[in-house]
Amino acid sequence: MVRILKHFTMNKIALIVGVVLLTLSSAFVPDGRQLPGIGIKDIDGSPFNTSEISNDGKPIIISFWATWCSPCKRELNAIADEYDDWVEETGVKLIAVSIDDSRNVQKVKPYVNGQSWDYQVLLDPNGDFKRAMNVNNVPHTFLLNGKKEIVWQHNSYSPGDEEELYELVEKLSAGESID
Amino acid sequence: MRRIFGLVLAVFLGQYSVAQEAEKKESNGELHGNFDIQAQYYNIDSAIGAPPVDERVRMNAFGNLIYTKGKFTAGLRFESYQNAILGFNDLYRGNGIPYRFFSYKMDDLEITVGNFYEQFGNGQILRAYEERGLGVDNVFDGVRVKFTPYKGIQFKGLIAKQRWYFDQSPGIVRGFDADFQVNEFIEPLSTAKTKISLGGSAVSKYQTDENTRFTLPENVLALSGRGKLSYEGFSLAGEYTHKFNDPTLDNGFIYKDGQTLFLSGSYSTKGLGINVSAKHTDNMFFRSDRDNNSVFNDVMINYLPALTRQHTYNLAATLYPYATQPRGEVAFQADLIYKIKKKTALGGKYGTTIAVNYSVVHNIDTTWLNDDLGARQGYETNFFGFGDRKYFSDFNIEISRKFNKKFKAKLTYINFIYDMEIVQGLGGKPVVYADIVVADLLYKFNRKTALRVELQSLTTQQDQGNWATIVAEFTRSPHWVIGLINQYNYGNSDKDLRLQYPFATVTYVKNANRLTLAYGRQRAGIFCVGGVCRVVPASNGMSVGITSSF
Repeated sequence: MVRILKHFTMNKIALIVGVVLLTLSSAFVPDGRQLPGIGIKDIDGSPFNTSEISNDGKPIIISFWATWCSPCKRELNAIADEYDDWVEETGVKLIAVSIDDSRNVQKVKPYVNGQSWDYQVLLDPNGDFKRAMNVNNVPHTFLLNGKKEIVWQHNSYSPGDEEELYELVEKLSAGESID
Repeated sequence: MRRIFGLVLAVFLGQYSVAQEAEKKESNGELHGNFDIQAQYYNIDSAIGAPPVDERVRMNAFGNLIYTKGKFTAGLRFESYQNAILGFNDLYRGNGIPYRFFSYKMDDLEITVGNFYEQFGNGQILRAYEERGLGVDNVFDGVRVKFTPYKGIQFKGLIAKQRWYFDQSPGIVRGFDADFQVNEFIEPLSTAKTKISLGGSAVSKYQTDENTRFTLPENVLALSGRGKLSYEGFSLAGEYTHKFNDPTLDNGFIYKDGQTLFLSGSYSTKGLGINVSAKHTDNMFFRSDRDNNSVFNDVMINYLPALTRQHTYNLAATLYPYATQPRGEVAFQADLIYKIKKKTALGGKYGTTIAVNYSVVHNIDTTWLNDDLGARQGYETNFFGFGDRKYFSDFNIEISRKFNKKFKAKLTYINFIYDMEIVQGLGGKPVVYADIVVADLLYKFNRKTALRVELQSLTTQQDQGNWATIVAEFTRSPHWVIGLINQYNYGNSDKDLRLQYPFATVTYVKNANRLTLAYGRQRAGIFCVGGVCRVVPASNGMSVGITSSF
């Protein structure tokens, strides 16, 4: 396959990709993206399927991070300072998905406890959930509405980004839609 | 060509046959993807040793597409290297679709044909993965079946070849893995505080023997066993892998068996986390091509990350990072994190976090047999015996504190001992003793605007001598980041090499789309993500990066 492809021209590849896209476009829905069901692990290493992610009809934040990613930790530590208020006011739940591989994965639980985070933490050591969610790099944050549909996503973190995120959470919690 | 249409057809068929069953639940399929484009224009800059680039402009790019409809998933990745940016292997050249698959998931059975990534246990016997930013991708191409006969029990089987750039490795990999979550399938234990999981894998590779000097095993087997025990905050985990005779270019065609033992113990409770781990590795290069000993870690079947802390500050991360020596090493690591409670005299209003980490790596204790003309076992090993050569050690301590709503600071001290000859394979280079100090200061002007400054110092008598680095990052949430970095090798013993490396970036972010423009000098360095590293030569020029997800 690969060897055959080497001899393809750009035009042919573009044509094929185009054909695939056209085939699928009839079924393409931009909004209300559902969460893929991928087999990963919980913080103790037990199997966890991402279709089990839930928050009783309230908003969910899914944040991809790693112990070696400084901006990821800045983001999650900044939210940790406010998290009690967020939960109380909107019922939101944050799920922190670590993409640490076997070099660091055994340090995730000690780190999370060490920082006293109250998040649900999941482990994605081979990037299966990351790939299914089309995440290029971390930090990458998704916001889900009460129907578990992905309604917003954001790549990278700058101090203050958590304010925008929380405004969106408040909107969802009040039953408004996000444009 | 025919096969591509096969894929298109499969997508069609999948859509219609699955549609009938899934109609009630999901009326529509979904299509999502992501792009990444990195292009660089290279200036000529002989002072920093930037190699001349004939094309002047080079680019790496890829796009992923994933289509899901109910239990059916299909996907592909288009990749383009015209030509690959500096630091990537030149074998990445031109365009192609080296990744395409479809899979179908029933309640207890999942079948994937085409390309797939996979990991057994902690990966020390088998791991296919991607680090796109480093050019690492040993994805499988073949068939994989996952079967879950009962809750808490999972079997996985695969037969596949591995990707080698735009081609495939000659060996065929066959793998089987069994995983048992004891507390899930033994009902009375489901509420027990003690949790046990067990697992085992068998991996075999097949490659024809065309060697004229030796009679080589065409089938090479490796076995692995693992277990984890946890009780509330305590946990203990281990995995042992044994590889039978595997003469390769990596080990000089000796027939000795290889082995890896990894042990890890943790304790954590709110505000405190401790992890201690140890690893013994001996003769564990395991590739699906015995004649490939590339420094780019091509076609590795197993994954052996370094048992050392992964640093993120520029000087600590890219000058002297350790990489596992699969031929043989013994490593220990201890890691502690403690949060001093908030609203105490020592902890301040928001609490103070202290993290301490120590790791050390030695050679294994071996006795050479000089049996090249006999059994070709090569050497004998004293299990977990420390050899007398230290490859690497790292002691580091980090204190971080939020002083008020506007100001946060983090102080880091690192001490490295780094054997360049071993780790970088550079004969005649010294052992480097380096001290690094970093102050990382974050000031928020208001809710949306912040300035972060890093002051970094590295002092050493060896190699390139002392370095100083300053980083300033101005952010205006949610869209703008302006970054400036200057690295200065002020302590180089050669006065002509006391160079500065200024580099500026402007980034615009909108939701899941990011555009970065950069200009300046980049120092030669070793860039690592996860457990793998890539040597990147010095460069001078302008670069554009675009990443996008939808």
